Amino acid sequence: MSWTEVIEPKSKLFDLKFKEAWHYRDLLRMWVKRDFTATYKQTILGPIWFFLQPLLMTIMFTIVFGKFAKLSTDGLPQILFYLAGVTIWNYFSESFTKTANVFKDNASIFGKVYFPRIIMPLSIVTSNLIRFLIQFFLFICFLCYYKFSGNPSVQPNLMILITPILLVIMAGFALGAGMIISSMTTKYRDLTFLLTFGVQLLMYATPVIYPINSLPEKYKLYVMANPIAPVVETFRYAYLGTGAFSWGSLMYSFGAMITILFAGVFIFNKVEKNFMDTV
Amino acid sequence: MSEVAIKVENLSKLYALGQIGTGTISRDLERWYARIRGKEDPYAKIGQTNDRTTKGSSDFVWSLRDINFEVQKGEVLGIIGRNGAGKSTLLKILSKITSPTTGKISIDGRIASLLEVGTGFHPEMTGRENIFMNGAILGMRKYEIQRKFDEIVDFAGVAAYIDTPVKRYSSGMYVRLAFAVAAFLEPEILIVDEVLAVGDAEFQKKCIGRMKDVSVNEGRTVLFVSHNMAAVKSLCTQGLVLKNGTFDFYGNQYQAVEHYQSSQIASSSFIHEGDIETAPGNQNIRMLRFQAKPLNGEALSISSGVQFELEFFNYKENINLDVTFELVNMDEVVVFHHGAFVSKDKDSKKTTYKITGKLPPNFLNAGNYRFNLIFGENQRFGLYSKNDIIQFELTNESFGTNSKTLPGVVRPQIPYEIINL
Repeated sequence: MSWTEVIEPKSKLFDLKFKEAWHYRDLLRMWVKRDFTATYKQTILGPIWFFLQPLLMTIMFTIVFGKFAKLSTDGLPQILFYLAGVTIWNYFSESFTKTANVFKDNASIFGKVYFPRIIMPLSIVTSNLIRFLIQFFLFICFLCYYKFSGNPSVQPNLMILITPILLVIMAGFALGAGMIISSMTTKYRDLTFLLTFGVQLLMYATPVIYPINSLPEKYKLYVMANPIAPVVETFRYAYLGTGAFSWGSLMYSFGAMITILFAGVFIFNKVEKNFMDTV
Repeated sequence: MSEVAIKVENLSKLYALGQIGTGTISRDLERWYARIRGKEDPYAKIGQTNDRTTKGSSDFVWSLRDINFEVQKGEVLGIIGRNGAGKSTLLKILSKITSPTTGKISIDGRIASLLEVGTGFHPEMTGRENIFMNGAILGMRKYEIQRKFDEIVDFAGVAAYIDTPVKRYSSGMYVRLAFAVAAFLEPEILIVDEVLAVGDAEFQKKCIGRMKDVSVNEGRTVLFVSHNMAAVKSLCTQGLVLKNGTFDFYGNQYQAVEHYQSSQIASSSFIHEGDIETAPGNQNIRMLRFQAKPLNGEALSISSGVQFELEFFNYKENINLDVTFELVNMDEVVVFHHGAFVSKDKDSKKTTYKITGKLPPNFLNAGNYRFNLIFGENQRFGLYSKNDIIQFELTNESFGTNSKTLPGVVRPQIPYEIINL
């Protein structure tokens, strides 16, 4: 006799349940939609917040790091430099933070109904991708303004064609790392406190507010060991024309992303079955 | 010919008691180390059952232990048991919310579970959006929901409000909408947990009707967990009784309910022997004796009537003391909730009181009953209360030529007046 389904204590290591997840694709779409409609309901500015958030951050960085601390921006207009960093960084940090809290935030739903849990992190990454595209549009507007007002240092080049790959790497990192953290927070809540701090620390360890070229040689290697650093540098190189870019470091990023993603899926799979008992 | 829809083999589930947090890392490492050496989990003691009243020696408890059963296709299985018997755990495992510690469940057919109605409802979204959201969470595809949409709205009776955010709904509308989505799911196996306890009586009837429809007309398998014995009897075809996490009884729904009820509480009399201080109660009240006996004749039956006597010691002086008797039948229906004033002019004494009450013959229907007691001050402040103190059974007597137990909570003798016009 063939069973549709067998429930057992242990599952296979990489039982991704793609077929099952595919059946729930409508759910994924609805989570994404709900995320958008629900977030900005009862706010006066509504979707304008999508633009305002990176803009305010950029203005803050320009004032604090650009004007007061006078950090180098590789000769680029400060606004453009920070906006580029913030746009690509935000995609990672927001996806990561939300994925890292996925079990905690959805405990009430997860405790009442079964659906492939992976749908949740996937929907987070997808809805943040849309958010990224909106912010990216803002960035392009600024880019065009500087380009056509004849700023010679702004040099977009063909590397912009690899933007999708950069996004895949960022999404993979956010998913993988987020799933590892979220799996561990079900038991060890301490990690939630470390998370906000950790994300901030990671931002400073990533060349978001400074170009990697401005670093002394001995620190460069440390920063480039951070697999997110090449993504940010490549993004800036592609759109603005300056930045440290090499295929090697990008490959390194990609490899690290695959490793973390697999580890994340593995741990997530292990935890999702029993997390209700500990959360 | 029947086929097996669900087969449960040696199912067990271990839960950790107490605080999870401090010391878990070291404990986790210890357990992990034991596991790689192929040893038993050092923190799980075997054979400890889930008895909440006594504190076990281990921090872990078997919420379910060695459960085996099969459900045939098209069957409606009622799962009953007291609180803590493991019903919810079983449902959670079956609906894949948590996984078993040992054992195996084989399922043939698409399964959908309703442990709650309205999961994923967002107050800011409209009824329409929430129907789609909720349906998707329960595993429906968009086109399936679209096809059922009108039926769902109709069943819930919220057509006029369908494009209003559900936060503006009355709680009744909210629940109706939530249940309606679930009611039109089309799984081969449906798992339902007491969601019928929601909504008004009319809607409950509608829900039970819908569930019957699902099992009888559409031939689907249903697993139903409930405390409502009347619903179990009318809805289910089989019954499974769980007790402290272990298997207790399996049979048809009547046998199962019967078994459960007879094992619940024993005696028709409660008599405390020994010191007043050790009697059940608290610093206000100590209960000494509570008995139910026939008003006429030797045995309790429909026509014997019931006399109940309560003796208790009261510590609170100079208050308005009252005692409420609550009679509950086996379908968990409260037959009456009626109080006696012990003192009305703030003149209660520190002494033993005795209250006798009489239920006339030919008033209650045959069946099992339980008494709950609530002691109060000024009919407002509870001093002490206790449920299920005694139980008694009224045996049936034939009515005319009909010797079966008749339906109904009461079975009065009504003086009819019949005139030939």
